[in-house]
Amino acid sequence: MQIYLPIAEVSVSIFLVLGIGGAVGILSGMFGVGGGFLLTPLLFFAGIPPAVAVATGANQIVASSVSGVLAHLRRRTVDFPMGLVLLAGGLAGAAIGVQIFAWLSRTGQVDLLVTLCYVVFLGLIGGLMFFESLAALRRAKRGKPPKRRKHSRVHNLPLKLKFRTSGLYISVFPPLGVGFIVGVLAAIMGVGGGFIMVPAMIYLIGMPTKVVIGTSLFQIIFVSGAVTVMHAVSSQTVDVMLALLLILGGVIGAQFGTVLGTRLRAEQLRILLALLVLAVCGKLALDLLLEPAELYSLQTRNLGL
Amino acid sequence: MRAWVVLICALIYAPFATAEEIVLGLSQEEVPITVTFDGSEILVFGAVKREAPVSADSQLHVIVTIEGPLAPVRVHRKARRFGIWVNASSVRIGSAPSFYAVASSGPLIDVLSHTDNLRHDISIPQTLKTTGAASDSPDAESFVDALIRIRAEQGLYQVIPEGVQLDQDTLFRTSVYLPPRLVEGLYSTQIYLTRDKEVIDVYETEIDVKKVGLERWLFNLALQQPLVYGLMALAVAGVFGWGASAATRVIRGG
Repeated sequence: MQIYLPIAEVSVSIFLVLGIGGAVGILSGMFGVGGGFLLTPLLFFAGIPPAVAVATGANQIVASSVSGVLAHLRRRTVDFPMGLVLLAGGLAGAAIGVQIFAWLSRTGQVDLLVTLCYVVFLGLIGGLMFFESLAALRRAKRGKPPKRRKHSRVHNLPLKLKFRTSGLYISVFPPLGVGFIVGVLAAIMGVGGGFIMVPAMIYLIGMPTKVVIGTSLFQIIFVSGAVTVMHAVSSQTVDVMLALLLILGGVIGAQFGTVLGTRLRAEQLRILLALLVLAVCGKLALDLLLEPAELYSLQTRNLGL
Repeated sequence: MRAWVVLICALIYAPFATAEEIVLGLSQEEVPITVTFDGSEILVFGAVKREAPVSADSQLHVIVTIEGPLAPVRVHRKARRFGIWVNASSVRIGSAPSFYAVASSGPLIDVLSHTDNLRHDISIPQTLKTTGAASDSPDAESFVDALIRIRAEQGLYQVIPEGVQLDQDTLFRTSVYLPPRLVEGLYSTQIYLTRDKEVIDVYETEIDVKKVGLERWLFNLALQQPLVYGLMALAVAGVFGWGASAATRVIRGG
């Protein structure tokens, strides 16, 4: 069954889009990430124009984050002051990212930038997570407790704040900076940035793991929301029809994912996620390295002059 | 059915025409793009009206072209830079048809002279030449070829050499498939009658391809009220996110 998407101006199979939404939903249920890093490339493969895929991906992330954060609110694992600081940085970053995106669209290099961002960040995060989880698995076997992180110099910059839920007393600059960078990436890559935010919060800010996901989801709602509106206004590339199908698929997928997630151990889950991230990274890197079958491509949107 | 009646009446009541002329019918004058739109078949049919008996010394041919709205395109070519494949050069084509189909009753080269192709811009390369490829690049031609190749693969540019059926030199019909990947606008339809490779009559009409209903509403809202549209997209996402969470709780709780 085909459906015609009014903004993307292509007709796609309903089941394909629901399936993509579902696959991403399973991931977000299993691993507690938005899955945007997988959603956007999958939409490219389905034939959605990249600009529409990026902007619509942001819209889908709003829905999955709202759904996720409500569960964390009930468990009281959202650090609101920390979320607001991250959000302030995130909104500034997103505003700049949308401008960079619009400018690159006009020069025709947007696909390259998006792909490069994916390769670099997926490779980095996937690699880190993989080795860290391996080490954690070995530690767990030997039965040693994981060592507690200490404050580094950046945490002692001025403007210190107490983050009660996270049990931290640190400067606002590290979270502001993390928020900013993730905001820029969210706008360019069409992702919530959870896969960057979560490790950054654990390793750079030093937050306890149990509040990381809820807090990250909390701020992602607003950053992705802002990205959606900014893309809608600056390039008219948000396709509500596409978003709706992705959300429906995602909601169903997330239920399966959550059940699957409870059957696996945390370290095993992290290794699986790391492998998945590395696989997507490898695929995209190959596309850049191997000679494409078709050297030419057409650009009909955002031509400028 | 009614179109056929009109057509036959035209044949009967026009006995004073001096040359061969086209009388046309279309299966649809409008192609509505609805939510479930997945392509559409357009039937173009008509008759040749003439006073004198059919001349036997030359073969009559019919060419039908359907051209979608013109829009600028930038064609990028990838090249290896620093070890990776990136868009290295590009040519802007001032206006290219978003859709173009040429159906004829024989191979185009046998039914149309080069001069008349130039005059009426019938073949695909010719129509692109006149609609303005920026030829500042030395190998602009390879970019234009790429545009034709890519759009042909997407079913947007079609050449159908034996696509027009001509019965007894009088009745002709052809069907052209409009793919789902369609841009809305006026699709100009031209019918050419040729003898000895020369165009002897031209008939022009238009097919209106437009989004209707929900598609129309969303598209207009996105363009005219982008802020409202963006906020609506957010509201939809928020409601569904909350709904999903609530539903999960009900299922788990019950």
